[in-house]
Amino acid sequence: MQPSPAPSRSNLAGWLYVSPLVLVLVPFFVAPILVVLAASFFATDGFGGLTPGFTLASYVEVLHSALTLKLYLATIKFTVLTWVFTLIIGFFVAYFLVFHVRNQLLAIGLFLLCTVPFWTSNIIRMISWIPLLGKEGLINQALLAMGVIHQPLEVLLFSDLAVVIAYVHQLTIFMIVPIFNSMARIDKKLIEAAIDAGASRFDIMRLIVVPMSKSGIALGTIFVVSIVMGDFFVVKVMSGGGSASVVSAFYEDVGVLQYPTAAASAVLLTLVLVAIVSLILRTVDIRQEITR
Amino acid sequence: MSAVLADMPERVAPATTKAIAPSKGGRPWTFYVLATLFGLYVIALYGPMFCIYVLSFQDIRGGLVFPMKGHSLHWFVDLFTQVRTGDVKGSFDRSIKLAVIVTVITVVVSFLAGLGFRKRFRGDTFVFYMMIGSLVAPGLVLGLGTGLLFQALGLNASWYTSALGAQLSWTLPFGVLVMFAVMSRFDHVWEEAAYDLGASRWQSIRLVMIPVLAPGLVAVALFGFTLSYDEFARSLQTAGSLNTLPLEIWSMTLNVTSPSLYALGTVTTIVSFIVIGASLGSIVLIQKRRGSSAKG
Repeated sequence: MQPSPAPSRSNLAGWLYVSPLVLVLVPFFVAPILVVLAASFFATDGFGGLTPGFTLASYVEVLHSALTLKLYLATIKFTVLTWVFTLIIGFFVAYFLVFHVRNQLLAIGLFLLCTVPFWTSNIIRMISWIPLLGKEGLINQALLAMGVIHQPLEVLLFSDLAVVIAYVHQLTIFMIVPIFNSMARIDKKLIEAAIDAGASRFDIMRLIVVPMSKSGIALGTIFVVSIVMGDFFVVKVMSGGGSASVVSAFYEDVGVLQYPTAAASAVLLTLVLVAIVSLILRTVDIRQEITR
Repeated sequence: MSAVLADMPERVAPATTKAIAPSKGGRPWTFYVLATLFGLYVIALYGPMFCIYVLSFQDIRGGLVFPMKGHSLHWFVDLFTQVRTGDVKGSFDRSIKLAVIVTVITVVVSFLAGLGFRKRFRGDTFVFYMMIGSLVAPGLVLGLGTGLLFQALGLNASWYTSALGAQLSWTLPFGVLVMFAVMSRFDHVWEEAAYDLGASRWQSIRLVMIPVLAPGLVAVALFGFTLSYDEFARSLQTAGSLNTLPLEIWSMTLNVTSPSLYALGTVTTIVSFIVIGASLGSIVLIQKRRGSSAKG
């Protein structure tokens, strides 16, 4: 970032305005992260008691465990699948709203229709798949009635499929909004010029719309990836306990008071997440993106 | 991502006046494909939710799946009277109170931070990335850290101290990002004019900025309330002995296998919809009043 050219007086004013924000983030974001970092180096008596000290035992344990690799592979699988589906659906929903809906009020209305569930409970939206996907759920009932299957499908609920469905259901909105935002800024004259110059629909998509929506895609990706990688709830409930992710294993560790191991695994996960997010941030200046 | 709510009217206008498709005459085939996709998306978005709302109105024979068994309010009564479903009423009260406190703090702090970030100052990038970090950090990990911190300091974790702070670490980044979008549309000329007319800094904020930015501040409040009211991962290790509503729902998903669970879903969604409706309604009202006074 460029150095601030402002004189010291505006430095002081700036810090005064953001000081309440900093006063919340330091004790409730920076300090907890440091506590977890410290706990990962502590020894434990196995009953929740922590002995201050410096040992890498927890990291050795986490890194040597065959389970760790399995957990990361499972988490990456869920992240990639969710990312692909939310990106495809989010991109085309945003594209439809920006380029195909001619009536402005209708576009606003349809956009709000997509965003309203974001402000309702995630947990409730997740359990709402039970009456649909269950063994006696609507989808099985319908398929049985049509004669497509003769026995209810059991893979629909409490499976990896159900986990991905729940993620896509909850997180597509995080793709739609930023992509919509960057698409809405594309100057329509550019596209008309491309049509006049004989560009095909595919060329317009490839050479204009996709490159100019990049920042929205990057923002949406940050949201989706960080939420899926940090989630344990959807994995736990929708897989029926059959699958685990890094954070759901963390939750189990905390449940049995294995704080140092849990903390070490959390630190590793945070490092992976920071690496991914900073890679994405290299391609887009989100601060400028948001204020523009 | 939040930019859009406060921004809609201006942003959409140029997008839709001239679509890729010629604005008169037949639609290209892609329109029908995408319209179908959009329709399916909306059905998948709302369909499951409506299923549980419908199923929560079964009578005492009701189960977790279709077909409906009778119609009654049995499971709603059950929800608020039965002990085995837990302390729903108490957690409901706590969640509403907590959400109101979070909303007030989020609006004030985000507004001030929005003012601060308008000009560059030394260290602004650091504060900005601290905020982004707080947004993307795994909630459960932050919650555990906060819980351990309170334990180490000898403080009791409770919903109005540790959980309040943990939720703010989630709602404030959203609030400030919404403020960024709102501030980017604020014309500095109005503020300059206020100073030229002899207004103090406080007067220009109170008499010029707050009224002009009112719709955006309502949007920040909407984010603050709903994100707190539905927050789960960060509260889990920080709420202490008394549950908030999402924690209550979580324990119900593990123990309760009756339509009581769906009834709770219906009740909490009704509250969400009231809040969303009131917020969007007041934004529209403010814009409308502004539009008519500008013309008149």
